[in-house]
Amino acid sequence: MAADVTRMNRRLLLALPGLALMPAARADEAAMRSLMAEFTAGAPITPGRVAMEISPLVENGNTVPLSVIVASPMTPSDHVRAIAVFNERNPQPHVITVRLSPLSGRPMLSTNIRLATSQRLWAVAHMSDGSFWSDSVQVVVTLAACVEG
Amino acid sequence: MARVLINIPRQARAGEVITLRTLIQHTMETGYRPDAAGVVAPRDILRRFTCHFEGELVFEADFSPAMSANPYLVFTMVARRGGDIALRWVGDHGFDQTETRRIEVT
Repeated sequence: MAADVTRMNRRLLLALPGLALMPAARADEAAMRSLMAEFTAGAPITPGRVAMEISPLVENGNTVPLSVIVASPMTPSDHVRAIAVFNERNPQPHVITVRLSPLSGRPMLSTNIRLATSQRLWAVAHMSDGSFWSDSVQVVVTLAACVEG
Repeated sequence: MARVLINIPRQARAGEVITLRTLIQHTMETGYRPDAAGVVAPRDILRRFTCHFEGELVFEADFSPAMSANPYLVFTMVARRGGDIALRWVGDHGFDQTETRRIEVT
């Protein structure tokens, strides 16, 4: 019994340096999910109609080209209202939210983002009929942004 | 005033979908980055970008620190008639800059 406790304590002690090295500020999947639920106001998200273009292997996390294109005719009765991009493991789960209108012409967006580490990215589109569609991409990052100078 | 690069066609045909490319000089300091002395630099980012055509909202974006330095955006607009396109960036520490470009539609 006593020996068991000692072994457990030793294991905890061994784990401590690893815990201390973990950066304090890190979004996790749960935080991202709750932010996505906030964006959709609890509505279900269906995979499809959204195409996210990002390199699966990122050499420099400080500037990562990202494009999101949604399949939509962009008419007054059927258009994309908003597109939001989320991440799992940056310090904050939110990247960018854009709002569009039929005047926008094409439901697309291109920009450059930062990635702190290898992770999965999500793009969610909010349609004028109230439905939500998504795409996700797993990316590997070799040089991290945000945390290092 | 921050330097901006704006690429918008000067002329378009009525009903044509034009592509707008914008880039603005800004560090987008995340608020998570320590300097050489280990002191974390305070956050200084652009938070919102808007594009209006003659007062009508075309495109709007909310930024997080996960946006790269010198935020770059590509989006589109339907050129229905000629007029002014107003691009506005608003950010931390009172940053507010508006650029206007005129487009002719034939």
